[in-house]
Formats: sequence, C-alpha cells, structure tokens
Amino acid sequence: MDKVYGAYLCTGCGIGDALDIDALKGVASEAGIEMQDFSCMCGAEGRALIEKDIAENGVNTIVVAACSPRVMQKEFNFGDDTITIRANLREQVVWAAAPVAKEGEEGEAQEAAEGEGVDEFLQELAQDYVRMAVVRALKTKKPEPFHLDTLNKRILVMGGGIAGLTAAAEASKAGYEVTLVEKESALGGKAVGWRKQFPTSYPYAELQENSIAAMISAVESDSNITVKTATEVARISGAPGDFTATFKAAGTKTEWDAPYRVTVDEQEKIEKGEMEDPNVGMKLYTERNPDGEIFGAVVLATGWRPADVSEYEHLGYGTIKNVVTNAEFEKLAKDGKVPANVVFIQSPGGQEHDKDFPYCNSVTSMVALKQAKYVREDNADGKAYILYQHMRTPGNMELFYKGVQNDDGIFFSKASVTQVEEKGDGKLSVQAEDTLLGEALNLDVDMVVLAAGMVPTTVDKATINLAYRQGPGFMDLGLFDGYADSHFICFPYETRRTGVYACGGVRKAENMEETIDDATGAALKAIQCIESANRGVAVHPRSGDMTYPDFFFQRCTQCKRCTEECPFGALDDDPKGTPLPNPTRCRRCGTCMGACPERIIGFADYSIDMIGSMVKSIEVPDDDEDKLRIIVFVCENDAYPAIDMSGMHRNGLNKLVRFVPVRCLGSMNMIWIKDAMSSGMDGALLLGCKWGDDYQCHFVKGSEIANKRMENIGETLGTLGLEPERCAVQQVAISDYDKIPQMIEEFVEEIIEMGPNPFKGF
Amino acid sequence: MSDTAGTGAVLVVGGGISGLTAALEAAEVGNDVFIIDKNPYFGGRVAQLNQYFPKLCPPTCGLEINFRRVKDNRRVRPYSMTTVKSVTGGPGNYEVQLEIAPRYVNSNCTACGECAKVCTDQIDDAFNLGMSKTTAIYLPHEMAFPHRYVLDKNACSSECLEAIKAACKYDAIDTDMQPETITVNVGSIVWATGWDPYDATKMDNLKFGQSPAIITNMMMERMAAPNGPTKGKILRPGDDKEPESIAFVQCAGSRDENHLEYCSYICCMATFKQMTYIRERYPDAQIYVFYIDLRTPGKYEHFREKLMGDEKAHFIKGKVADILPEDDGGVTVVAEDGLTGTKVHQKVDMCVLATGMQPALGDRGKALGVNMDPNGFVVSDAGKGQFAAGCAKSAADVYTCGQSSTAAALKAIQIGR
Repeated sequence: MDKVYGAYLCTGCGIGDALDIDALKGVASEAGIEMQDFSCMCGAEGRALIEKDIAENGVNTIVVAACSPRVMQKEFNFGDDTITIRANLREQVVWAAAPVAKEGEEGEAQEAAEGEGVDEFLQELAQDYVRMAVVRALKTKKPEPFHLDTLNKRILVMGGGIAGLTAAAEASKAGYEVTLVEKESALGGKAVGWRKQFPTSYPYAELQENSIAAMISAVESDSNITVKTATEVARISGAPGDFTATFKAAGTKTEWDAPYRVTVDEQEKIEKGEMEDPNVGMKLYTERNPDGEIFGAVVLATGWRPADVSEYEHLGYGTIKNVVTNAEFEKLAKDGKVPANVVFIQSPGGQEHDKDFPYCNSVTSMVALKQAKYVREDNADGKAYILYQHMRTPGNMELFYKGVQNDDGIFFSKASVTQVEEKGDGKLSVQAEDTLLGEALNLDVDMVVLAAGMVPTTVDKATINLAYRQGPGFMDLGLFDGYADSHFICFPYETRRTGVYACGGVRKAENMEETIDDATGAALKAIQCIESANRGVAVHPRSGDMTYPDFFFQRCTQCKRCTEECPFGALDDDPKGTPLPNPTRCRRCGTCMGACPERIIGFADYSIDMIGSMVKSIEVPDDDEDKLRIIVFVCENDAYPAIDMSGMHRNGLNKLVRFVPVRCLGSMNMIWIKDAMSSGMDGALLLGCKWGDDYQCHFVKGSEIANKRMENIGETLGTLGLEPERCAVQQVAISDYDKIPQMIEEFVEEIIEMGPNPFKGF
Repeated sequence: MSDTAGTGAVLVVGGGISGLTAALEAAEVGNDVFIIDKNPYFGGRVAQLNQYFPKLCPPTCGLEINFRRVKDNRRVRPYSMTTVKSVTGGPGNYEVQLEIAPRYVNSNCTACGECAKVCTDQIDDAFNLGMSKTTAIYLPHEMAFPHRYVLDKNACSSECLEAIKAACKYDAIDTDMQPETITVNVGSIVWATGWDPYDATKMDNLKFGQSPAIITNMMMERMAAPNGPTKGKILRPGDDKEPESIAFVQCAGSRDENHLEYCSYICCMATFKQMTYIRERYPDAQIYVFYIDLRTPGKYEHFREKLMGDEKAHFIKGKVADILPEDDGGVTVVAEDGLTGTKVHQKVDMCVLATGMQPALGDRGKALGVNMDPNGFVVSDAGKGQFAAGCAKSAADVYTCGQSSTAAALKAIQIGR
C-alpha cells in the first residue's frame, strides 16, 4: 500500500492546557508528517476531521497524539485499510508527570502550575512521544496474514478414554472430522473397569451406572470420527493447520518415532564422535512422512496411570497381600464382591504430614466414598472406614459426601495412619493416631485400600511425540508437577506447543463430570486454532494478530539462538542450522527478534529498525546535565497498563524517562540499548513481568530471557567504559501502578549519581 | 433498536472471568457474541480480588489481556449495565430482550475525571463493598472496561448535577437517559452469572455486623488491594488498629444445611492466600484458622504446605460455634477442637469470615425459565441450547471456571451448525 500520512493532536483532557501545541505540531512536521489539532479528537467532530482526510486525501496511515492506546480503540479505528499509531500524551505525559497536589501543598502547587506556564521538561517529553509515534508510523507496514498452502481441519485426538471420547464427539458435533487414536485394543480407557460412577446431578446422592459403553458406541457410530485402536502416534511433524501424524502399532518402535532432543552442544559432540547419536536409525526430525495423515490440531487425552504407592513402607503395599490401591479395588468390585471390612487410607504421611498421596487432587476422596458404598452394597454387615486428613469433596460433591456420612456402616475419622500389619489369620491391623475420637485407633479389617493418585502420562514420557527442534515433549513441566500447563490459572488450555490442547487426567486429576467439560473445552481450542490458522492470525495471547516474523535469510549466520529461545518451539532448522519458521506455531512474542544478533527478524508492524529508529528519534540534549535521558522499555501487557494507571492516579513520574512499549521483554534486542547509549542517553531500564516458578509472562520465558541478555550487555557496556549499572531490569505486576514511580525515581537517582553518559554528543 | 448478527450468534450473560472466557473463545472461532453484564464494568468478582492463589498474581493481569481480546475482536459486542428482560424462541432462534440501564454518561465520555472533581454528593463504593465512599459520578475502578464514568443520578442534588454537567467539556452527561430495550437474535445462551458472597448476617452465631472487627474474606480482598478502601493496609475497621492477631473462620455458611449445603471450593485456598497478605504486613501477627477440612487439592497442596510451616499460624479443626465481641474492640472465637475434644476460646483483634459463594442468578433465572437446581446453580441443557459456565454452574476456582467456560463456548456454537 502507498502510505499517505496524517497526524492529529488532541488538546482535550488537559493536554492543551499543559503543553505547547504549536511546538508539538512543529515537531511532527519536522519528523515528516503535518499535524492538525482539535479540542476533542475522539468525539464525533474530531473523528470527522480524520475521516475527511481519509476520504478526500487518501490518508491511510494515521498518528493520533491523544490518550493511551488502551482506550478509545473503537473511536480511532478507521477500518482495515488504515494504520493507526497512538502517541500517549494523556496517561503517560500530562497525567503521569503531574503529581496531584498533596494536602497542604495545594496553594503552592497551583501557583507553580499557573506561574510557569508550560513545563519545559514535560513539553520535551511530549515532543519525544510525538517523534516516536511519527517514526513508528513511517516504519509500520500493513500486515498481510500468513496462509498455509493447504490447510487441514481434521482434528487428531490422542487417547480413547472419557476425555478423548468426549473431545472427539464434541468436535464432531461442531462439524469437524476427527481421528481418535487409542493404544489399547478397545476404547474406553480406565472407565471401562469402573463398576459405578459418581453422581453428576442434583441431589448428588446415588452412584450412577457406568456410561462409558454408551460413550464408546456414540463415537464408533459417528461417521465424522475414525477410530484407530491398538495404535500409537509415532511422531507429529509440521504445524497447526498442517500437522503430519505418523501412526504405528502400539508398543512398537519405528524409524518415524519422534527424535530425542539434541542440543547444540550435543550435536557438536556427536559430530566429533564424542557422543553417540540417540537418533541413529531414525528419520530426521525435519522429515515428513509422505504416508502420514494430515491434521489441523491435536487434543491430548492420554490420561494417567495409577501412582506407585510402594514407597510408603508403613502402609505395606507390595509386601502385604490385602493392601491394594483404589484402582485395584475398583477392579475387584467390578469383577465381583468386595470384602466386608475395609479401611480406606487417604493420606500416607503418618504423623509426619497431612498431605494426600501425590496426584490426587480431590478425586481420591470421591473414589473412597464410592468404594465405601461398594462395601456396603456387597455385604449386609459390611463396614468401611475412611481415614483421612482432609476430605476433599469440593462444590456439589459435598452433597454426595454428606449422603454417604448418613450410612451408619461407613465410618469417618481424621487420622494419621502409622502402621498397617498382617495378622496371622490373613486379616490386617491398621493403627492410627490423632483421631477425632481423641484416642489411638486399632482396626482389624480384611483389606486396606490406598488412595493412589493419578500420574499424568507426561511425567513418564514425551507423550505428544512432536518432531520439533526443541524435542518431542513439553517444556519445563517440573513447574507444574508434570502437567502440560503453560498459563496456569487464567488460561488453562494453553501449552507451550501451539495447536496441542490437553484434557482429562493428563492435565489434572479430574472426576468424570469435570473431564467431560475439560475435553469439550479442549475440542473448542483445537477448532479455534484451526480457524485462526485458516484466517492467518495468531492464537492466544495475541489472538487475531495478523503479523508474523519474517526472516531475511541471506544474512543468517546459523547461530541457532532463535530456534533455541523460542518459548513455543516454533522454529525448526535445516541441517546447516538455518531456521525453518512455522508461522502457525508462532505466538508473535518476538523472542526470536530479540535473540537475533544479525537483526534479520521482524514483523510488519514491529521491527528492530522501527524501535531502534524510535529510540534514535528521542532528542538528547548534549550539554545540559539537568536533562539526562533514560529509556525505559516496557512490556505492553502488564507494565504499560500499570504506567497508564499510575498516570490516572497522578502519581508523578520522573520526566527524564521515555517509555517504549515492546510486545514482550523477550523481543528486546540488545541493539536498542546500544542505540540508546550511543545516541547519548544515560540509562536504560526494562520493565517486564515476573519470572521464575510463578512466572507471569504471557509468553512464558520473555522477561527471563531479557534479563539474561541484559546481564550480558552489562559486560559489554563495561568494556566500553560505561557503568554496567546504567542498564537494569525490574519485574513489575500490572497492579504495581503506585510503586512504579518510586522504582523509576530510584533508577534515575542512580544514573544522576553516575553522571551523564560520557559518550554524549559524540 | 435491534442488533443483528450472523447465524450461530451466542449470548453470554455475565462478564466476569467465566463470561469473558466463554465469549472470547466462541468469538475467536468466528462466531458473533453478545456479552452483557449488569455492572457498569466487565470483570466481575475477580476484578475485586487483590491476588489469585497460589501464584499471588493480580487478576487484572488476565483481565487486561481479555479486555484487549474483546477490544480487538469485532465479533464480540459488550453491553454493560445490561440484564436479560425476556427470552423467547428456542435453540437456534432465540429472541432475547435486553434491558440497558441508564448510565447517564454517554459515549462522549473521555474518562478525564473533571466531573468527579466537582461532584459534591457521595455514595457507598460498591466496588469496595461499601467500605468506602466514592463520588456519585465515578469510574468504577482503574481497569474499568468500558472506560467510562457512571452516574448515580438519584444520589445527586440538582446543584450537584448542574455542576457535573458544567464540568464536562465533552457533553457526556445525559441526565435524561432512559432505560433502553434492545432485542438480539441468538442461537444459544451461556449463563455465566457468577456468584455473590453469602450474606454473612444470616449466620447469627458469627455476629457479622455486630463488631467492626468481624469482616468477610471479600472485604479482606478489598483491604489488601492497592486500590481498595485502605489502599492496601489491613486495619481493623472502626479504630484502624493494626491487628496483632487474626482468626479465619472457614465454612462460614458453606457445608451447612441451614445455609449453603455445598462446599464453596475456594475459601480454604483464599484463606491461605490471605494469610500471606497478613504476613507481608505483620510479620509477628498470630493467625488462627478454624476449619473442618483443608481443601487444597492437587497443585494447591504445595501452597498449603508452605503456609502451614508458618510458626505463628495455628490450625484448629473445628467449626466455630460462636464469636463474642469484646469491649476492647476485638472478638473471642469459640470452637471445639475436634482432635483434643477441648473447647477453644481464642481472643483475637480481627476475625475474617470465609464466606462462601452463592449463585447470583437467583430468582431472575427462575423468571426467565433457566434450568436451575434447588441451590440455584444453572444446569446446562443442550436440548434448549442453554449452557452454564463458571460459578453459575458450580462453585469453582478460576482455573476450573476457565475449563467449563471454554466448554460452554463449544456447546453454544454447536447449536445451529
């Protein structure tokens, strides 16, 4: 598109009162775009001014210097054929930099405001934002969405238990074709072995008949669904909209199995003959099986395995015959009659701790209630004892618990089980302390049932078997107990592999009702991913973003930083190490762009040149020690809104700083720091999200990676004779709006103490 | 007026985290979605929370990204201050009348705040559960979306209204605004109407309202929030004492046949989270937690383990029988310790009732013919094309609400396909 520019300055909301409007217009004009002003640009008249220019002069690239880009989006959206760039003169200039008069100081502050007219420092701040917006407009290209050559809308569901069956059936009901793969020879998963299932509707009183047979037959008779039993996924290559899955007979090994991850260092060793290639005899990870089947997205419903409980020696599992797990007891109950006197142990810790068995969530409390009822059903004088530390029956499951408590053959007590022993007659003795009865318990029973948890399949192996540069499995699962989460809490379906959505036991120990919801949701996400790829737009968290990273390969040095650092494994590489982008895997965070030392990666509306040019457009006085300049790169997801809100609170922000929003700190290319320092700026600060175990980065690794890069740049600055402390990273949350001014003030103070950048003016 | 949309449009009732999730997940597939909320802002209950457990991260972080998704997606049409007036038709062709209450501030509003500066009349700040006052024309909170002021006209004198009008440079104040009814045609309806805190005054023995030292867990959230009534300070209401001891009363209403017979799911974790609020501000405060069971399943066990390691925190297994206001402003919490059989009388400076969740739809839902169980939870009905999401469906944490809301989105878009 041929760009025709227009710039518009709003003088409302205090902007006109605090700033020299003509000077701002002059700055825009000097930077290359003529600017008009109006008293209320977001109002009908203001917008009409812009619309007139669009209609009459063909303006299609618009700079609006007014309020924050977080507000008035609708008002300043002039359609798909225009680009709008906002300069935030309200929240981050006239509001941010003007502290509200504190009590008692009112008169003085007012006097100062009236007396001085336009604050020179504030004016310079606003002018720099106008310059940056103009540069941004000049450098922004209209994004063209990425389209795959061919897009397949079929969904692959891995696992044929409740979760997989549900996901397949629900996706089919929405009109999508599904292939369901199950490694066992029959569908149904663990539910096939259940005698009864939990109640799912009010009053949650009675166990329900097992509905798995009906679920299986619904799937088997669904013409949209192809079922492959006794089958496993050897590898999945490709990307959303165009995955290639290779299937194999369950339990076999093939040359199409997903290759192990080989790091850059390991690859070197293999090449030198110092290490054996773990993937010898296997197809290269980049090779796509011509006989494979094509899919648009994947639902991972590979379930769980019962936890090994033999480590709790005092409970006797594995050494005492009649100590069984809940899974084994269910099988007994399904096949026949259960014993008459049974103890159900919910917590393994004895007096040491009151935790449940690992991977229980609240499901095992429910299972114990269900199985206690079997004891009563099968034996006229049956007695079940449930020894718990904390009964966990959240939500409506409490009603079921209450009902079971009314059964006078089922006994409950909080208790620390200290020992399970075999007695001569085949019976067991269970000893427990700290009970509600106030005394030690000694029960003689026929059987002891341990509430073993549900270990997700992802704990044991890669499971998803991706043929990706970063390896076949999910990353950093240790943070989530082995579950595939990446955005724990707000966005439960996100994983670090775009187009792969987990549900059922593989993502959380869940009861059947929750699993059905969960699998339905996973099917939605798979469909959504396919439709997003079809439209050429990003999925979460930059949903709808049409841009994607573009590589200028001629200058690539095969350093592999982008392929290694991408939090989502979007980049593969060829044998030389040149990246092979997969735009439909990409979340558009720009971490690759930040990583690239050759600066050959960019987006249509976000590039190294653009941000670098914006930084360089800031005017740096080279002879005024009072006018130091500090650049602050801020994460646009959390830090930027926090600064806006700080402005709304009129907290008073230091006027020497210039904020530059970035997609994610992961996209921070260190050249921008060098740009800033070489143009004479005195310090650089990064504000991004918390990293570590409880990371809050929407792109998982962005702020953490930026921090590592900054450590290195510190050293570089040192070699130039600049203090490494001139550059820093701070973690902020969106709710830190009242803390940010002080945080910035302290950084500015440190810079002032260090004195001006000695390279100023060169 | 009517707002038209493509076939397969979805109406989502309720704009909290669950409603936003359901609406966005459906819209990002490509369906048209109407999302309404009775409040003047979207975000629901979680907007009032200081932090989420167990990460202790601000809920506004997730809301910000969801609001951005709404703003960026033309398929989502948000209506605040809007409720459902009537539902006619059936799955695939529902005709729903929506009533939009007058905001008295039109779309000219720039949220500059000049009106509030001159507003002389004050009202209880509902966002802060009435713990503070706000001007009668107000922005509900910093993150309020839509980012527009709202006027409580009836709370204003005519002089005040005139002053407000005069202060607005953008002609945004419209005191003649009338309730408006619009009709939308949709294929399906998602009820994401969320929850209200259970009314603590209903439990006579817990004496809520009889001593300012007794607060609810939601009040604690607002106190701890930097934009709350105390700007993040936790002080005893009334005399602003810095508490040296605090008791948490679990299952305040929940798991109780006389009140809420179900478990409210989140209150145990909420209490552990609030323990961190207290510990952050008062390293030496004594904390007492009275509980029946500590329901911190799965991943949450790590959080509980960490906080139970706090030497100044004491856990008493026993349901609180009575709370006695004391002359010095504190209260004595009375309970029987289930493990020792002894009666506990614990004197504390402040007491937090971990009140449960009550489904918010209530009688309105019945009048609209929504399938509800006797406790007021909405029961999904695929045959009717009406689905429940989040805490309208059952008490749950945010993570589980994310699952059920995404599921509801798929069920909703299946109608008419």
